[in-house]
Amino acid sequence: MIIAERKPISEIISIIGNNKKILIAGCRSCASVCMAGGDREVATLSEALGLYSDLNSLGWEISEISKERQCEKEWAREIAEEASSADVILSLGCGVGVQFIQEVSGIPVFPGLNTSNMGGPEEQGIYLEKCGGCGDCTLHLTGGICPIARCSKSMLNGPCGGSQNGKCEINPDTQCAWDAIYQNLKRLNCLEMLSEIIPPKNWIPSRSGGPRKIIRKEMVLSEDEKKIKEGLE
Amino acid sequence: MSHLKDVLESGKFAVTAEISPPKSASCETIRKKAAMLKDCVDAVNLTDNQTAIVRISSFASSLACLQEGVEPILQMTCRDRNRIAMQSDVLGASAFGIHNVMCLSGDHQSFGNQKEAKNVYDVDSIQQLMIFNKMRLEGQVWGGDELKEKPELFLGAAANPFADPFEFRVQRLAKKIAAGADFIQTQAVFDIERFREFMSSVCDRGLDKKVHILAGVMPLKSYNMAEHMKNNVSGITLPDGMISRMKSAADPKEEGLAICNETIEEIKKIKGVHGVHIMAISWESVVPRIIEDADLRD
Repeated sequence: MIIAERKPISEIISIIGNNKKILIAGCRSCASVCMAGGDREVATLSEALGLYSDLNSLGWEISEISKERQCEKEWAREIAEEASSADVILSLGCGVGVQFIQEVSGIPVFPGLNTSNMGGPEEQGIYLEKCGGCGDCTLHLTGGICPIARCSKSMLNGPCGGSQNGKCEINPDTQCAWDAIYQNLKRLNCLEMLSEIIPPKNWIPSRSGGPRKIIRKEMVLSEDEKKIKEGLE
Repeated sequence: MSHLKDVLESGKFAVTAEISPPKSASCETIRKKAAMLKDCVDAVNLTDNQTAIVRISSFASSLACLQEGVEPILQMTCRDRNRIAMQSDVLGASAFGIHNVMCLSGDHQSFGNQKEAKNVYDVDSIQQLMIFNKMRLEGQVWGGDELKEKPELFLGAAANPFADPFEFRVQRLAKKIAAGADFIQTQAVFDIERFREFMSSVCDRGLDKKVHILAGVMPLKSYNMAEHMKNNVSGITLPDGMISRMKSAADPKEEGLAICNETIEEIKKIKGVHGVHIMAISWESVVPRIIEDADLRD
């Protein structure tokens, strides 16, 4: 899932600027699971901004809406329609959601979250990056641990000299990914895999090849099929 | 510190050229080409792995040039270096007497011979200018650490009047100037009308008073090259008339030089242009003739 966290209130206030009518839009998918932008967080932020407006006599009119996902056009459109009388939409979805809503909205859409990574909850309230999204998965070679995302140097052939007691040199709270890979492969009885040299990686499928687009030809609708689908809706 | 700076600040019409470093561990061809250009240009650009093809470094090539008595312009792209490497390289360059530094975003690696490479782009070319500007003015690296000695730099940047959106191009130039650019070399001018239009909005905003603009020119060698430039090189526009002139020419090289000469004559008349930058790709030997034909030297 996508991990995000809410921007500091002071930054959100500064982003809102002189706008008065604000629609706060939540997302019930990833942003909700990481407790950054679901119904509950929308309500909390709405209350905080309302209080700020009252204390400073700003006269803000704040409304709320949440949809299952902001990262699909259908939902994004519903949010944009709801915002017809607002000055701005403040999205508590990830960066993908903000862009989907802005595409169909005639008013500005501002981000209320900082989108961080592809990861998951380690325990309640603790989220860890897991996948580097490199587009060429090699988790079968690294004991099911992604060195692209989890090694500070994205090293592919074992730990650097900064690995100490399972920790990374950049921060004593950061696990050394390669120590974890080693321990995992040992547990799986596959340590011999570590003697293979992994050659320079092909970064074309990653962000280095430009913005990525995946086309599933068999799933793409023809113009006629699109018309039929539109007719049904 | 920089001869190019002196020339531009004295109001003379500057001439720069370009040398492509070879795919080689030897600087001999650089030395030969530098000797060829020695008496006719003010400075020479040494490209930085242009089109993302691995070549001997711009730094080494600049040094070779300097040793031959030709003032180098070190090109540095954001593709291959983060801010640590950039600042380190610019300190090294200044220490060795290389003071002209051209800040560029760089051709994407997908065009070169290392297509699978990861690009860096830690900073973009405008941020790169900001960093170098801070180093030379305040004697500090980015973030504020003091330098024992600050680098002496004459900072260059690129402008492409032929890329889109056209209205944004002048704005972007203004940003580069605000970030610290002292001189600008433009993409090769073929479409003189569009360049005139660009320069007119540059002058309307008074930007020609804040930066030295050198218009890029490129002699066409053949009809194929003209077609290639038009179809495959992004940000270059070639008028159809020019293409057909190259196609029907009995001697395409001479025709290319004639077009180049006409372009320079037009450029000289345009307000706000302070020099020309001649990009004779793998044809450096023709540069002295272009300069003579266009009467660019005293």
